[in-house]
Amino acid sequence: MKQVLYSIAENRLLAPDVWEMRLNGDTSAQTAPGQFVNIRLDGFFLRRPLSVCDWDASGLTIIYKVVGKGTAAMSQMTPGQTLDVLCGLGNGFDVDRCGARTAVIGGGAGVPPMYGLAKKLLEAGKTPIALLGFNTAGEVFYEEKFRELGIETVVTTVDGSYGAKGFVTDALPESFDFYCACGPLPMLKAVYSAAKTSGLLSFEERMGCGFGACMGCSCKTKYGNKRICKDGPVLEKEEIIW
Amino acid sequence: MVDLRVDLAGITLDNPVIPASGTFGYGYEFAELYDINCLGTFSFKGTTKEPRFGNPTPRIAECSSGMLNAVGLQNPGVEKVISEELPKLKKCFHKPVMANISGFSVEEYAYTCSLLDKVEQVGWLEVNISCPNVHCGGMSFGVSPEAAAGVTKAVKAVTKKPVFMKLSPNVTDIAAIAKACQDAGADGISLINTLLGMRIDLKTKKPLLANGTGGFSGSAIFPVALRMVYQVYEAVDIPVIGMGGVSSAEDVIEMMLAGAAAVEVGAANLVEPFACRNIIGQLPGVMEKLGIQSLKDIIGGAHHG
Repeated sequence: MKQVLYSIAENRLLAPDVWEMRLNGDTSAQTAPGQFVNIRLDGFFLRRPLSVCDWDASGLTIIYKVVGKGTAAMSQMTPGQTLDVLCGLGNGFDVDRCGARTAVIGGGAGVPPMYGLAKKLLEAGKTPIALLGFNTAGEVFYEEKFRELGIETVVTTVDGSYGAKGFVTDALPESFDFYCACGPLPMLKAVYSAAKTSGLLSFEERMGCGFGACMGCSCKTKYGNKRICKDGPVLEKEEIIW
Repeated sequence: MVDLRVDLAGITLDNPVIPASGTFGYGYEFAELYDINCLGTFSFKGTTKEPRFGNPTPRIAECSSGMLNAVGLQNPGVEKVISEELPKLKKCFHKPVMANISGFSVEEYAYTCSLLDKVEQVGWLEVNISCPNVHCGGMSFGVSPEAAAGVTKAVKAVTKKPVFMKLSPNVTDIAAIAKACQDAGADGISLINTLLGMRIDLKTKKPLLANGTGGFSGSAIFPVALRMVYQVYEAVDIPVIGMGGVSSAEDVIEMMLAGAAAVEVGAANLVEPFACRNIIGQLPGVMEKLGIQSLKDIIGGAHHG
């Protein structure tokens, strides 16, 4: 973990209430896709934990949904403003554990970290298959970014207004040997039940510190008690207790 | 050169800054971030006789200038703390540490304290009496002078280490409880624990915390904590550790003027992992600006003349 002062390079609306923010600064602490940052905001006591979508040596991209006052304040920020950020939090997805054909499954606000993961899988010579779930056509974002990677990309909407109708589990690829998933709890449960291969699932929880100190986000696993922020947010399929 | 050293029940601290229990784990998480030997000491995660998972999640909610927590004393139990956590800590922290102890009966407190009494690394016992007493309808030990004195006596009987009783602010007369602890043999008083609070989710119309209520901490509670430290300082002759919403070097000095011999920093560590190191770094400059030569000299300064 590293405390970094980032400069906002871009902050743009991607879909209703969904924003993409590009932050320029030191990314040396960011080592795996699926890790997150914890952002200090003026006027708010706790930091805001947000997953990293993509990163390079000069900065990182986060995508956030406006769900409360903190994220609403973020959406009003403009390029040039600085943010105090704890970077490189959580374990992230272990690319080495992923299979040659890994289904990369994201639901709604869980889509962003899957983009960085797909890129890292490609760099590792593996074949990611993207499966992105949304409620409706208007909420779809980042489909073109996944397609630009040249990977098989399937979009589902619950109401059928775009892509395949239904949930991500209705459109699981025919053949894959591993999966990684991030999204709302019902989606993770459904994927866990439907997919027969081994997999990694990324969880969300209300956090205090985000770096393992406060025990605010503990969960029970078959391997013992874990902190979603420090020992997670990515857990192995085999250890999960629902 | 200004002098940051203070005495805490016979042990000299390099400075009065102590991360508060529950915000600093067993120390080694923070040792990855900075050399924690810069601290006066720290109070480790509240430890009980048996291992505890704690409350269901969500355990955390935000408030204006503060937060609620209902972690529920998650800890691996005293035996594992002694066999696993403290040896890990020993590698990165070379000063006496403050052991924070909780219990649900007088016997549990005494048992846990008797085991920690034998650990050389432990300099002080800080006994949290905000927990519910299972033998007394779940009423907190900290709300009655008699119950607080009962725990103090039982703990003092099993240890030679200095015992600081950590008081709950959720009482009508905190000075009376502090006095009862002193009369029962306590070597010092720690205060305040969190204030009982609640938030309700406007969307679900249900409490945000799975536990319903939680402990309120953070800068919002500083004036309440300061007032209680001031009152307790007047009521007792033993050292007082002040805490509650401290987040700056100025806050530390204010707490000491109210009567604190040392100062714990809690929620600030969770939003600013370097908070304690920063406060320690800023203390000399703030002291010079205020014309303070030695922190020892200002303890209780607000009460004189």
